[in-house]
Amino acid sequence: MKPAALLVTLLAAQSLGGAPSISEPVRGSELRFCLHSEPKTFNPLMASEDSDEAIRYMTAGVLIRINRLTQVFEPEIAESWRILDSGRKIEFKLREGVRFSDGTPLTPADVRFTLRAIFDPTTHSPAGDPFQIGKQQPTVTELSGRRILVSFPAPMAGVERLFDQIAVVSQRSLELSNRPGEMPSLGSFHVAEYRPGSYVLLVRNPYYWKKDTAGRQLPYLDSVRLLIQQNRDLELMHFLRGETHMIDSMNAELFERLSAKRPDEAHDAGRSLESEQMWFNQVAGAPIPEYRKEWFHSREFRQAISKAINRADLARMVYWNRAVPSIGPISPANLFWFNGNLPAPACDPKAALKLLQTAGFSFSGSKLSDRQGNRVEFSLITNSGNKSREQIAAMIQQDLDRVGIRLNVVTLDFTSLIERISRTFNYESCLLGLVNVDLDPNAQTNIWLSSASNHPWNPSQAAPETEWEAEIDHLIQAQATEVSPRQRKALFDRVQKIVVKESPVLYLVDKNSLSAVSSLLGNASPAMLHPQTFWNIERLYLRKRPEAPGQ
Amino acid sequence: MTILMAVYLAGLAAGRLAPAGYARQFRNAPAAPPSRQFPLGTDELGRDSFARLLYGSLVSLSLAPAAAALATIVGAAIGVSAGYLGGWADICLARLIDLFLSVPWLFLLMSARAALPLNVGPLESVTITFLLLGLLGWAAPARVLRAATKNLKDQDFITQAKARGCRPLRVLATHLLPNIRPVLAAQYCMSIPIFILSEANLGFLGLGVAEPLPSWGGLLAGLQNIDAVVNCPWRLAPLALLLLVMICFQILVPVEDAK
Repeated sequence: MKPAALLVTLLAAQSLGGAPSISEPVRGSELRFCLHSEPKTFNPLMASEDSDEAIRYMTAGVLIRINRLTQVFEPEIAESWRILDSGRKIEFKLREGVRFSDGTPLTPADVRFTLRAIFDPTTHSPAGDPFQIGKQQPTVTELSGRRILVSFPAPMAGVERLFDQIAVVSQRSLELSNRPGEMPSLGSFHVAEYRPGSYVLLVRNPYYWKKDTAGRQLPYLDSVRLLIQQNRDLELMHFLRGETHMIDSMNAELFERLSAKRPDEAHDAGRSLESEQMWFNQVAGAPIPEYRKEWFHSREFRQAISKAINRADLARMVYWNRAVPSIGPISPANLFWFNGNLPAPACDPKAALKLLQTAGFSFSGSKLSDRQGNRVEFSLITNSGNKSREQIAAMIQQDLDRVGIRLNVVTLDFTSLIERISRTFNYESCLLGLVNVDLDPNAQTNIWLSSASNHPWNPSQAAPETEWEAEIDHLIQAQATEVSPRQRKALFDRVQKIVVKESPVLYLVDKNSLSAVSSLLGNASPAMLHPQTFWNIERLYLRKRPEAPGQ
Repeated sequence: MTILMAVYLAGLAAGRLAPAGYARQFRNAPAAPPSRQFPLGTDELGRDSFARLLYGSLVSLSLAPAAAALATIVGAAIGVSAGYLGGWADICLARLIDLFLSVPWLFLLMSARAALPLNVGPLESVTITFLLLGLLGWAAPARVLRAATKNLKDQDFITQAKARGCRPLRVLATHLLPNIRPVLAAQYCMSIPIFILSEANLGFLGLGVAEPLPSWGGLLAGLQNIDAVVNCPWRLAPLALLLLVMICFQILVPVEDAK
């Protein structure tokens, strides 16, 4: 049974807008929405940033796709697949009659070429990174009957999901990737024009293989114009003027503004995979005073800080109730992998003080001191210009003041912040957000493994420095090679339990998935997973704007 | 001057005028409209906007003049030296002034802010911010003072003083500086609003005064939400006060200049 198959039962509750409307789709028209940065590449194998990935999503053909609404794998260019040899192999059967946008038929050789390019470490493809296990690369074999066999050096759990990110290309299309207007693609659209700083125009792929239930060829839209606009306020203004048709990943403030004016076009898909979190610097060699390192290494200290923070207030005041207090490292929106047995954190300053006192801290005259008499005071860094984070920091400041802790909030430009948390380690605590785009915990190994460079509180450890980190390492590695979804879930549940108990990272709030969708847009059904609004781009259509009376 | 003093005194009396303080969060009253308890309403975290405006005014009006004084003193030392000494010293110092004028301030301040120690309290942080502004803002006054000194040093009374055997330092102290005093005063008065606005720009970018201390820049950042401003016009109070103070300083400059 595929892991995602277990998710199927839990899906309907997540669908917010009800069943997508499929009545009378209208052909033609141009859909417009904004990209928030310039595309860095049109080579679908090298896409790494949001803009590149959005273009890849709409233009690329993939073997398997994760349905963003149901969280279930669906066949695309591969009409079927099967996992063999306890997760060491996967075999795809390719669909007949699939053509590139220039009319060239797709061949098994194209799929083999793509997979070999992706698996080749010299390509440095972001989509290929998860396949790099040790020094051996996966091998690709072309079998008879339009079948392709991929063999891995070790069992790979949940490997299907990785093929959602792999755009199948031909050698010719890859050679033309620096001339995007001429590059043939297999998706519902292909790039027709790119004006740097202005827009990317995608037009319908006339040879797209997918048809609707009535047998009409998809996509319904003629073209998609992606306006390059970094400023989210201006993006909202474009939407309100009717110049664009949707907005992805809105922040709560803009969403509230939209809701006040166009409640029917504001979509809250509920809890998302995005969270805000805070952690303490536990790097042994960090240039901070030793007595403070002792505080940060104390489990009781971290747990007390967690208890002192009022997460419900953060969700209510900073996010206008468009967020909910976090429970642990995995959002409950991740229906299968969330550990439902974790206790919800409660704000309890008295319990926090008691915990601190058992750990040797003393509270007198509204000040907290450690055993050596040092006043408990530390800094919290976050990136400047993010109003929500600055507000969260100010609220934590007041919460901690109640237990006698002085918190100094420092906002830094993003580059300086990254420098401090990843290179110099000259910081004490940090407040940042996590955007999880993948449901599977295998996508988070670069966070959980103590040797990983993105292990937030103490990265790149030569060997795990604590017993509980060693246990997490073991559990993460064990689940990565375990094929049984139930076993994997049990192992990852244990990881979540350890993380909540040890509190190396304090998970604050899970943000809601907020988007704007024009009432003219048909078949739109915003999802919690990225891309929220255009995950079913080939089925979206635009209704005609109703004529004003008297016209 | 009266208005400026009134604003400053209101800031000094903030503890009495707004006893709630600038930091306390009334979490059951976020973004509240004006009331008897909160004359200018509350911000999104439930903090008294009136108290924040008074304390923010006190911070900006206390530290901007100090930063302006620092910048004017450094500018005077370099500008007057360049103008009076002439020759290679003038060329080198003039190039230094040009170099400082060409440096993008904002990025320099951002880098300097990032390099500062993290564990400083909000008051120390704001003092450091204005100190940096003062240390980096000397070049414009220096250029003006250099030009003024060059004009004066060839005047007859300076030549006579030199001919009577006055030493250079005495010429500077007793003849030159008293005559460039109006220029100095004008430069000082002009620098104050520049520093207030610079801090406001930094605050707008989230790089100025640290939470929870308010500053005009931080308060102005609350105006980004245009819809909220339209619905809650009292949120414009920081902008109105900033404009009033800027106008007062602009009126003050020619008065000082004319003396």
